[in-house]
Amino acid sequence: MLRIPCPHCGLRDEPEFDFGGPAHVTRPAWEVSDEEWTAYLYLRENPAGLHLERWCHSSGCGRWFNVARDTLTHEVIRSYPIGAPKPELSSLASRRRIL
Amino acid sequence: MQRYSFMTLARRALRKHRAWKPAWHDATLRPGYDVVVVGGGGHGLATAYYLARNHGLRRVAVIERGVIGLGNSGRNTQVVRSNYFYAQSAAFYDHSLKLYETLGRELNFNVMLSQRGLIQLAHSEHELETVRRWCNAIRMNGVDSDMLTPTEVKRLAPPINLNARFPIVGGFIQKRAGIARHDAVIWGLARAASARGVDIVQRCEAIDFYIRAGRIHGLTTNRGLVVADRVVLCVAGYSSQLARLAGLKLPITTMALQAMVTEPIKPVLDVVVVSGAIHAYVSQSDRGEIVMGAGADSYNSFAQRGGLPQQRATIAAVVELFPTFSRLKLLRQWAGRVDVTPDTSPLMGLTPIENLYINCGWGTGGYKAIPAGGDTMAYTVVHGTPHPLIKSFALDRFRTGALIDEGAAAGVAH
Repeated sequence: MLRIPCPHCGLRDEPEFDFGGPAHVTRPAWEVSDEEWTAYLYLRENPAGLHLERWCHSSGCGRWFNVARDTLTHEVIRSYPIGAPKPELSSLASRRRIL
Repeated sequence: MQRYSFMTLARRALRKHRAWKPAWHDATLRPGYDVVVVGGGGHGLATAYYLARNHGLRRVAVIERGVIGLGNSGRNTQVVRSNYFYAQSAAFYDHSLKLYETLGRELNFNVMLSQRGLIQLAHSEHELETVRRWCNAIRMNGVDSDMLTPTEVKRLAPPINLNARFPIVGGFIQKRAGIARHDAVIWGLARAASARGVDIVQRCEAIDFYIRAGRIHGLTTNRGLVVADRVVLCVAGYSSQLARLAGLKLPITTMALQAMVTEPIKPVLDVVVVSGAIHAYVSQSDRGEIVMGAGADSYNSFAQRGGLPQQRATIAAVVELFPTFSRLKLLRQWAGRVDVTPDTSPLMGLTPIENLYINCGWGTGGYKAIPAGGDTMAYTVVHGTPHPLIKSFALDRFRTGALIDEGAAAGVAH
């Protein structure tokens, strides 16, 4: 089970949270090509490794925030506020490897 | 290929079973092929098999990063069915079920198909309305489907508890649905493909593609370079990664889907029982284990490890439906990497790169589609145009908006 650090409530268990998909997906301008709109709606990085994603502490404070997590090891590296700029990847190096 | 029959078995038994040869040839990579299939799962092996069988191709290779049968093809719940809401899906999956019906004989390998029927439960009057609509849609699609009363459900699945926390008010059954032994399907396809000259190359990982002027010419593997006229990707959870090598971004999210089995017991359940509302997915295997399928974990995962909250939810649902199962011990729990698309329908056919084909997006239901996936992809690769049955499953549907939203139609357990 994941244990996720909510920036407002601290470390809590996975069932308290809802997953909100990848973070930093920016909605394009109103007038865009079909290709750009498709990319925004559907195309995903889906990395095997570091993933920046949104979570909502729905059974807690109800607030959204971002999490840096490793999809290969399930290691939750850290959480950071929603709306914060995309963190530098080098600062998110995994502390340990569980394979 | 040695043909398997009662007579060969008897003859070999007299010679103390020393004369058996390996079922298929563990090949080494040759420098060039007409078609290289990346991924030795069910869909990859089936594609190679039908390329050789239906189209007479002799220079075909299946390259597999690990060994065959250990990915999702060894991690599913063995269920085969074609009870789909939309006509495009029903046509495709029923083609698959029909191929399954003759697959054992065709491969000369018993795939242990058991068309024991699959019951979809309804737990409220409202759900029953939805289920009736679904059942009727399936019939309109030309697939068998019949509504059941609670008494009929009880007669078909005696250990079921009709007065569960969410009582059973009815359901429907597809009688032709059932289970088929997954290892046998993989082994049978590998054996038949190998016998027709397909090279199955294990521990061979695709590292890069050789693409020039929008056309693929070959690939780099950890076993060296290989020239290929056409390349087919059948790599499920790692589709995004391989597509990225070709400069493509896919509408795919890789998640962990788990299943589990109990200790084996005597036969108690000879039908597959599915509940969308509480997400239970139960059958009994030939070995007597109670097989339970869970929902996918909600977050991206490549770990092949299922989360405990999903496991707990599944067991709670199954035990409520079948109270006697609460006394069984859980024997194994595992997970596979599943490649989920936004509309939970597969992604098949051509790519923007010429001669590079893709077969992925099976999400939580690729096993039942193995024969039709292979058959239609082989056709697509040979003709360079999508097989009529898979036209609607092309990558382009996310641009045009012509989605086939089976996830919404089926609710869950898709």
